[in-house]
This record gives sequence, C-alpha cells and structure tokens, in this order.
Amino acid sequence: MPTPHPQLTDDQIEGLGRELDELRNRVLGDLGERDAAYIRRVIKTQRGLEIAGRGLLFAGFLPPAWIGGVTALSLSKILDNMEIGHNVMHGQYDWMKDPALDSKRFEWDTACPSDQWRYSHNYMHHTYTNVLGKDRDIGYGILRMSAGQPWRPRDLGNPISATLMAALFQWGIAAHDLEVERIEAGEIAFADKREMLASIWRKARRQVLKDYVAFPLLAGPGAPFVLSGNAAANLSRNLWSFMIIFCGHFPEGTHEFTEEEAENETRGGWYLRQMIGSANLTGGRLFHILSGNLSHQIEHHVFPDIPAHRYAEIAVEVREMCERYGVPYNSGPLHRQFGSVIKKIVRLALPGGASGEPPPAAAAAVRKVPRALTANTFSQTSSGVSGAVVVDPMPATLISASRSPGSASRTASSSVERRGGPRLGPSGREARSPGLVGA
Amino acid sequence: MLVATATRRFLASPLVDLLVGPHGIDRYLELIRPDLALREARAEVTGVRHQTDRSVTLTLRPNQAWGGFSAGQFAAVGVEIGGVRRTRTYSPASSEHGRRGAVELTVTSRPDGVVSNHLRSRIAPGSILHLGPARGEFVLPAARPQKLVLISGGSGVTPVLSMLRTLCDEEHPGEVTFVHYSRTRADALYRAEVEALATAHPNLRCAFVATREGGGRLDADVLAALAGDLDEAHAAVCGPPALIDGVRAIWDGVGGADRVLAETFAPPALTPTGATASGTLRFLRSDHEAAIGAGTLLEQAEAAGLSPEFGCRMGICHTCTCRKSTGTVRNVLSGEISAEEDEDVQLCISVPAGDVALEL
Repeated sequence: MPTPHPQLTDDQIEGLGRELDELRNRVLGDLGERDAAYIRRVIKTQRGLEIAGRGLLFAGFLPPAWIGGVTALSLSKILDNMEIGHNVMHGQYDWMKDPALDSKRFEWDTACPSDQWRYSHNYMHHTYTNVLGKDRDIGYGILRMSAGQPWRPRDLGNPISATLMAALFQWGIAAHDLEVERIEAGEIAFADKREMLASIWRKARRQVLKDYVAFPLLAGPGAPFVLSGNAAANLSRNLWSFMIIFCGHFPEGTHEFTEEEAENETRGGWYLRQMIGSANLTGGRLFHILSGNLSHQIEHHVFPDIPAHRYAEIAVEVREMCERYGVPYNSGPLHRQFGSVIKKIVRLALPGGASGEPPPAAAAAVRKVPRALTANTFSQTSSGVSGAVVVDPMPATLISASRSPGSASRTASSSVERRGGPRLGPSGREARSPGLVGA
Repeated sequence: MLVATATRRFLASPLVDLLVGPHGIDRYLELIRPDLALREARAEVTGVRHQTDRSVTLTLRPNQAWGGFSAGQFAAVGVEIGGVRRTRTYSPASSEHGRRGAVELTVTSRPDGVVSNHLRSRIAPGSILHLGPARGEFVLPAARPQKLVLISGGSGVTPVLSMLRTLCDEEHPGEVTFVHYSRTRADALYRAEVEALATAHPNLRCAFVATREGGGRLDADVLAALAGDLDEAHAAVCGPPALIDGVRAIWDGVGGADRVLAETFAPPALTPTGATASGTLRFLRSDHEAAIGAGTLLEQAEAAGLSPEFGCRMGICHTCTCRKSTGTVRNVLSGEISAEEDEDVQLCISVPAGDVALEL
C-alpha cells in the first residue's frame, strides 16, 4: 500500500510550482564563472587522482602504494561518475557551451554507454519518478523495492540479489535498458535488444580492456597488483554509488505513485511528486561532493539540470517551502537512510510487505509542521549560514546531549528531518514521514 | 621538432586512446596547458595592440590542431566570458603565409557587443581562444588576377588586407589597388602599414577615405582615377551591404559582374519577443522547410512531419537538445535568447524568433 500523499489544494500545488519556478530562474540567471570554476576544479582533482592512483598501483607490490592507489583511483571513479558524469549528462553545464562539458557528448568512466543512460535516467526516471510501472529505477527490474510490485518466489532472494547488484553496480546500470525482466516475461524478444547489447559491448569492452588488460600489461611483473587494484577501485565505486543511489528514493517515507496519479499532472504537481518521491542524505561538504550531490536528491529531482553544487544553498529555500506548504521533507544521515533501505529489501523478500506502512488516516496529519520548531531552526539557518556550505545534520539547539558532541554545528542546514529523531516524538515524525504517525 | 612530432604521434595512438578513455588525451593535456590539445584547435594570444579606440588587434599562435586558412576566409573564435563560451566569427587580417602560422585578428567593438568588448579590453597575452576551422568562399582564385581592386568598409578591412598581405608575400606581379572607407580618419585601420606596403611595392596603390570628414562615397570615376581601366579588373569587396551594392553597380557598368567577389557582414537580427515570429524553419538534415507557425520548435518540427527525439517535453531531460546552425530562438521558460551560430537549443522549450536552421 503506497504512503498516502500530503493533501494540498490545487491552488497550493500551483503556488508551490510558481515559487519553485521563480527559484529555478533565479539560480539559472546567476550561473557563471563560479560554477565553471567549480566543475573544472572537480575535474582537475579527478584527473589528478586518476593519474596518482594508476601511478601508485604500478608500485603496488608495496602495500601502502597499493592501498593509496586503490583509494585514489576509487575516488577518481566516484568523482567521475557522480559529481562529474551524472551531473554533466543532466545538462547541468550545457549553458557553458564547452563541448567537453556537453550533456550530449560526455562519456564517463563506467560500463554503461552515456546515451543509454541519458534515456533511461534523464528521461524515464526523472520524468516518471517513483511511478510504479513507469520508473524502472524501482528495483531495476531485478529487485522488489515496492510493496506495489507483485511478489514472485524469486524475490526471496532479494537480499542476495541486492548484494550482488551492489558489487556489480556498474554492470547493473549498463544492463538497465536491456529490460531483462520484460524479455523474461516474453513481452519483448531478445532480438529486439541485440543492437543495444552491441552498443553496451562496444563501450564496456574498452573499459574492461583498459582496467584489466592494458594497464596490468604495462606494469609487467606488477600486473597482478594493478589488476587487483583496478578491480578494488571498481568495486568500491560500485558499492558507494549503489548505497547513495538506493538512498535516493527507497528510504522509509518516500512516496510512490500510480500511473493514474501522475496522469495529467501540472508542472506544480510534477514538482510535488519529485519532492515527496525523493529523500536526502545529511553530511559534510566532502560527503556531498562524493555523492555527486545526490545527497540533495530532493533538490536534484526538482531541478535536475541546475549545477549540483548549488543544491546545498537551494535546499535552504526548498525546505522552507516544504515547511510552509506542509510537504514532508525526507532527510537523514546515511546510516539511517540506508538502514531503512536494507530493511525494505529484506521485508519485501516476503509476500506483501505493506506491514510497516501507514493506514491512510495518517495522511491528514501531514499538513502542518509544528511552528515552534520551524521558527527556531530556520531563524538559525538564515542567520548562521550565508548559504554556501551545508555542514552538519543537527541544529545546535535541538541536539541531544547523548549525541556526539562533535556534531554540534553552527548551521541548521538539515534540521527538519531530525525532528524525526527519538527525542522529538511523534510531532517531529510527521514532518519526515507521515506514514509513521499512526503506526 | 622530430621529438615533438614523435610525441604527438604516440599520444594520438590507439593504445594511449584506450588508456585515457573515455575522456580522450586532450582532456588530460589541456590540464597542463590548454593549447597542448591534439585535436581541439586553440590559440594563445601573443600580442595585443590598439590601432583605434574602438578596436583591438590580437596576434595569435594557433596550436597544431588548427588547419590554417586561405586569405579572405573567416573562422569561429570562442572566448569564455563569465563561464560561458561565446563564439563569433572573424576574418584573419594576416597573410595566409603567416610566419610560424601566426594569425592576426582585428576586432572592432560595437557598443553592446559582449564578445567584441571583452576581446578589446579583457584579453591579455597568454589568454587562450578557441578556434573553429576556416570557412568561407571569399577567397582569391588560385590563378591570381592580373588586375585586382580591393575595397573595404570599416571592419571589413580584415579579409581584404589578408588578401593584400598574402599577395605581397607571394611577390604577386599584378596591379593591385586598395581602397578603404572609414567613418573618420581616426577610425581608419592599418593605414600606416598599407602605405608602407605601397612604398615597397610599386604595383600597389592605396587610398583611405573618411566618409564623415569630406571623403566622397564610392563612384566609378573615383575608382577609375585610382585603378585605371576597370575592363579587365577583378574586385574583392567586404563591408556593409550598401558598399557592396555600389561596387556591383560599377562592375555591372563595365560588363564585369562575374569578376566581383563580395562578402558582407551584419549583426544578427533580433526579433522582439512576444508575438509569433514570421520566417522559415529549415531542417537541414532532412532537407525540409516550413513556414514558422505556432508552438515550440519541437511541435513545429513534428507538425512538419519530422520525428525528433524527445523525452519529458518540459525542459528537464535534455533529450531533444539539437544543434541550431543559424537563427534566433527564445527559451520560453527563461526568456533567454540564443542568437549565436551553431548553438545547442532545447527544442521542447524554444520558440523561433525569426528564420531558424536546425540540424534535424
């Protein structure tokens, strides 16, 4: 049973849409030197890490060099795929008119050909976000990630499939558009996908040759160290990106939609669906960069083609809008969000799975966030931060002594969701996840 | 030199291409120095001088990737301003036999010219410019004409000066007459240099006319007085449309319409926003045309029977992004105008603001 959606009137939805459009135009109008310098700095860092990583692995017979090489190459691949590749291919930097940063031409350091990704991700996933039956990112045709997906005996293996998928994530992404589940169901023939398979092979072959043949051979007797180092870097990138991406739409409290619900949707309605169908991760600046700023999944889904390093400052305004309109804003630290994703993977291995989900009556409770809390946290946000950097998950005033004192922070950047924490009781939970209120 | 060539060969080899995939070697070389790129034409600015208040003359050293030019041609020049690469076309003023491939550009700024003003006041030696391949039919025949009149108006001097300098480098024996029109004497470009060339080459005559300071407009008599009999003469003219029309009329008069080589330049026409523009939509790949109607470029292309790729139809997924070769379009969401040649536009949220040619 899907989580009941917040009840906004048509006027409210359109008002929200207008405000988001204004915000969007304001940010687009402000893009310039700063954004260009930012992405070039990230690219320079990534290329530097790549060269350092590959260089160190040539000395991989020394354990510290191997570890350093794997670390540098992993970071390079993570930056390449997430903060650079994913974002550039969204058209976030098309306005620069630099062919090297052109969404249509960019290729990334992973097995999936960029043109297939652009279709399945930019169009299918971002247009039909969390619409069951339309958004193939709900389980990628392999996992059962929604109670709305009918249970099959093979779903008993959900946790194992998920583990395998995490380890081989780049291959899962590459095979995404093959729609294996539809071939299996006999809806389409294998032959229909032959051309696509050929194109995946053309791209993937070079990736394999590079990491597992050419660089190891160049290392001569050091080949095993280079080979294992490259494999380790690919693995850590796979695990990391799986974790971040699965935290985008699957944590407890994200909303799902039926095709009917998404039909004839207005622009405002589309915005609303993006906001409540996505979930954020809290963390420090480096964490956000390494997540490709997908930690700001809500902002990313509302403005997929705005440079992602802007999401932290945009989030301040988006969160404030959510407060005013009574729209839940799902956000939490990685361990909590990913924990709830794992729980979902395990729970949905068995038939049904709606057990943890809310009775529809809870929907009404979503409407308002307690004013006392919002006033408190947001006055801090506006005075404490100039908008540039998202830092710590908790507003100082709301931090409980039992939490790590080191996380006391000068900003309130990701405060709303924190009210869902144990100290704050049910009223806080309403803001995060309406579903839990009645549970 | 040999080492450099060998290094370049190695860097361009399939093995290196595999190792630096999927980004390609240029994405790494440019981090060392932008003009080291093997495949992307770029130039380093080596000299900056100001002949007049409104102009700048830049000397460029293009990298190996640039294929050179023929005198009279133009090339796209890209410069980054506020994070955005802006592209304009300029004709080099230097000889096509320039020393070590050096290229000279003279840019006259217009009051609201974003690029020209930036080039005039913000570019310093060491700056990097992007170059497109040289294009254009405004070139001298391979068999150089024995009698040639080079006529230019304002900033149109650059391609004809390139022709003149090229002919001088080639020790061309034929008669050449060079006439340049500017608004004021102070606006005249390259006067000292052309006069020096005329001193050195007895077969070259030159005249500089300031139209707002008593200088006469172009007519057949003035030209005949300078160049003599026009019966066999070829003309190469670059300037505003009126100047070109004048030259054509004169050559028509002596039955030599086919001996006129001309190029004009005009700022891109901006159609005001709001009402539906009129004009023609050209779809270059499918060789199809349609009158501009209502709706976005995507809708109009579909109405014309084409099936461009598309996705969200609301400007977020960039699936329908398409190269616009020429023309002006307006983004209906942001109101932003795209007027430059060879720009990518999102079909689903763009409407034409005049004639548009799309790579569809």
